[in-house]
Amino acid sequence: MSILNRRVDLPLAGGLAVLCVLGLVVLFSASGESTGIFISQIIRIGIGIFVMLSVAQLSPNALLRIGPILYVSGILLLVTVAFWGDGQGARRWIDLGYIRFQPSEILKLAVPIVIAAIVSNRSLPPSSRGLLLCALVIFVPTILIYLQPDLGTAILVASSGLIIIFLGGISWRLIRYSSFLLCCLAPVVWYFIRDYQKQRILTLFAPERDPLGAGYHIIQSKIAIGSGGIYGKGWLNGTQSHLEFLPERATDFIFAVYCEEFGFVGVLVLFMAYALVVIRSIVILYDAQDTFSRLLGGAIIFTFVSYVFVNIGMVVGLLPVVGVPLPLVSYGGTSMVTILGGFGILMSIQTHKKFYADV
Amino acid sequence: MELKNSKFERRVLLTRFNLMCVMFVLVALGLVVRLFYLQIQNNEHFSTRSLENRIKIEPLVPARGLIFSRNGKLIAGNSTSLSLVAIPEKIDDMKASLARLGEKLGLDEAQLEQSLISSKGKSFQKHVLKANLTEKEAAIFAANRFQFPGVSVIPNSSRYYPLGEEMAHVLGYVGRIQPEELKDLDETNYRGTRLIGKTGIEGSLEPLLHGTSGYQRVEVNAEGRVIRIVERRASIPGENIQLTIDSDLQREAFKALSGKVGAIVAIDPNNGEILVAMSNPSFDPNLFVNGITQKQYDALIYSKDRGLFNRFLRGQYPPGSIIKPIVALGALEAGIKRHDVNVFCPGFFRLTENGRPYRCWAKEGHGNVNMTASIARSCDVYYYSLAKKFGIQGLHDSLTLFGLGEKTGVDLPGEKAGLVPSADWKREKLGRNWYKGETLISGIGQGFMLATPMQLAYATSILASKGDAKIPHLFRASKHNFLNEINLRQSDGVAVVLKNQNNWDLVREAMVQVVHGKAGTARSSKLANGIIFAGKTGTAQVSSVDRELELQPDEIPVHLRDHSLFVGYAPAENPAIAIAVVIENGGSGSRVAAPIAKRVVDKFFAGNQKF
Repeated sequence: MSILNRRVDLPLAGGLAVLCVLGLVVLFSASGESTGIFISQIIRIGIGIFVMLSVAQLSPNALLRIGPILYVSGILLLVTVAFWGDGQGARRWIDLGYIRFQPSEILKLAVPIVIAAIVSNRSLPPSSRGLLLCALVIFVPTILIYLQPDLGTAILVASSGLIIIFLGGISWRLIRYSSFLLCCLAPVVWYFIRDYQKQRILTLFAPERDPLGAGYHIIQSKIAIGSGGIYGKGWLNGTQSHLEFLPERATDFIFAVYCEEFGFVGVLVLFMAYALVVIRSIVILYDAQDTFSRLLGGAIIFTFVSYVFVNIGMVVGLLPVVGVPLPLVSYGGTSMVTILGGFGILMSIQTHKKFYADV
Repeated sequence: MELKNSKFERRVLLTRFNLMCVMFVLVALGLVVRLFYLQIQNNEHFSTRSLENRIKIEPLVPARGLIFSRNGKLIAGNSTSLSLVAIPEKIDDMKASLARLGEKLGLDEAQLEQSLISSKGKSFQKHVLKANLTEKEAAIFAANRFQFPGVSVIPNSSRYYPLGEEMAHVLGYVGRIQPEELKDLDETNYRGTRLIGKTGIEGSLEPLLHGTSGYQRVEVNAEGRVIRIVERRASIPGENIQLTIDSDLQREAFKALSGKVGAIVAIDPNNGEILVAMSNPSFDPNLFVNGITQKQYDALIYSKDRGLFNRFLRGQYPPGSIIKPIVALGALEAGIKRHDVNVFCPGFFRLTENGRPYRCWAKEGHGNVNMTASIARSCDVYYYSLAKKFGIQGLHDSLTLFGLGEKTGVDLPGEKAGLVPSADWKREKLGRNWYKGETLISGIGQGFMLATPMQLAYATSILASKGDAKIPHLFRASKHNFLNEINLRQSDGVAVVLKNQNNWDLVREAMVQVVHGKAGTARSSKLANGIIFAGKTGTAQVSSVDRELELQPDEIPVHLRDHSLFVGYAPAENPAIAIAVVIENGGSGSRVAAPIAKRVVDKFFAGNQKF
């Protein structure tokens, strides 16, 4: 018990608990008061906590050694999924009987660990050889995930690696060049992305173009959010969700349900809970003792915050509809486990530093 | 690790961390602003949209009023029919679905597709694939409905006319509302109404029969399924209507006209109630209710005898000798000729000494005829001579007193006014002067003169009631007053007031002589049970071939043969029924129209306890 205590960061755990509770409350409403889904989500949270605590027991050094193994196995699983996977329209899942498992989740942790290891191995800022290696490490899983196709996760995985390069002090000149290159490539990318993805991007700019088709999600979502007003319609009283106008209301669009039922005030409460978690995590980073920990921790927070921003941005109609859940709130298995696993790494960074200092 | 400058690295890292945090804060602020914009600034807009999403207003269509005959028989009722409907949005493969439907229910796939295309509406609304499913079709569908997601059978209120052809021209029919009709309708009251009265009583009493539409506000889910009723205002059914028509008498008229082309109108002269209004050939109004097929419609439109044509209301015929009692009455009142002064009829009449002869129908002539005999024997020469003295204006004024030349005002849409010519009329309409010869033939109801059977019956009812004109009408009472006390809906026409009341008796006696006199033209049409029948026959020329060429009736082509007419009322002293019969190209009035009138009037008294 004493060991466990040492490996748990209580402020962080508290913030996560608040988010999980808020998530369960709104999920109960969004799922049409289904106790089955409610219990299933509790089980997932339980598994997530178990993974988080387990990871927290590992030292950052151990993570550094496990990283490449995770990475390679993740890549292999992605290839496997491409041939034997299971999923609606997109092949993303591996069915392990009770648990269905998305291998791209492994890479959300494995990519930042490996990149952080590469970048922190040499002195900062990273050399061009190091950058090339990083590019390769990022590129392979990104392409595999994109081909599933899962553009949202591909971007998140890529950015979890890229953020480390950025944090590692890559020169602004290089950043400018690559941004310029990206802008030039944008038309090419537009040519290569699939029709439904183009559709989603177009829909973002003009949702009323096709109100019963591609624009339906965004229109209904905005109606749900906007009709919530300041105080919301009250828990279990959201008409948009309970009368099923809102699609994907328990998963990707759960934030709209939350906004409809709890209003702007509720939104501020949720934002504060997220802020609590993020601020505590950043404090941990600032206190961290070595570059690997800081880079990895930075990537984890960045990924987490990106999730939140991308999901909310999509639900409020500022970003295209990509399949990104709202962390800790949306109903869904593997992302919950990955995210809590990530916070396990942060706890590991925080709780292992005293031992470093003692050495 | 020890080799690296950890202080430098820490500084680089922290600078970048700070940048990341600033970005976090900016994005978070951006999202808060966006949420503020949606939830607070535009709350009202989105609240409305959310309400519109979930609350739908469904019209509650009122039950159409029933129509009964005066003897209490249901003549227009409501029925529930079943319709096969599809919601296109819910059907993945429309073509395959329609093909399967066609196969299962034995329907024509192409026709289903056609009705789907022709029914306008959004893809999430119900489109009628086929109205009026038979019970068998509905049962087969019910057993197989799991194969047809998005297709269902819904009940539809429909209209039916139990007496079919017999009442067609009185009742008219209802049909689907056409877009151009919607413009003139109260949209709120007709939201959801499918059928509207097109012609006849259904058309003229539409506002009473339709009732007041109600509505319910329902909460629906995204699929459009009703979750609960939020508010409900029931519809008020249309009023039940009782007509003046006696369905038994109407049937007798229908039978009497069978095989003939013509019309019968019978009126109660005491109040203007129309007891019979029959036009033959007729049509089945039930065909129109749920949409007539083109083939059926063409058959009606292009048939030689035009079953859709309402002869008693819109058929305009030369009245012929029918007008003689009215002309005689006018002449008596104007002092043109005393009733007991004879006119000699040699079989023809000349305006001037060597002018062309105007023939009497009796070639050999009637000899000396007074006013009574001129009516009873229908002498044309008497009226040539009368008309010559009276002038066209005198004739015109006498005839219009009895409602000829203008619409009677019967409560049916589309009535024709007939025509009573005058010199002014001819100048204005034809731009030519009036000839004296035209006055002569106007005196026997020929030439330009036209009248509808409805007008002839009305004029006869005025004769029967000694000038106490009552506008003919079909609408007897509506529900709330006909069950307890009958509030008679009647209105007075322009009464005919004579200076000398005796003139009524002179003319009316002459009309009795038409049937009961030894030489009366309708002497073979006396009523059963000794009831005194007053009348007047008419044989109206369609063309002049018969008199010019002196052909035998059966040598003349049917469409050129004379129209056969008869008007009458009974009992002569205290009339309870006035009748007009017109048989197109029927030949002689006394041989064709008069017996038909007798048959209907006999039936009237046979079924009437008072007599």
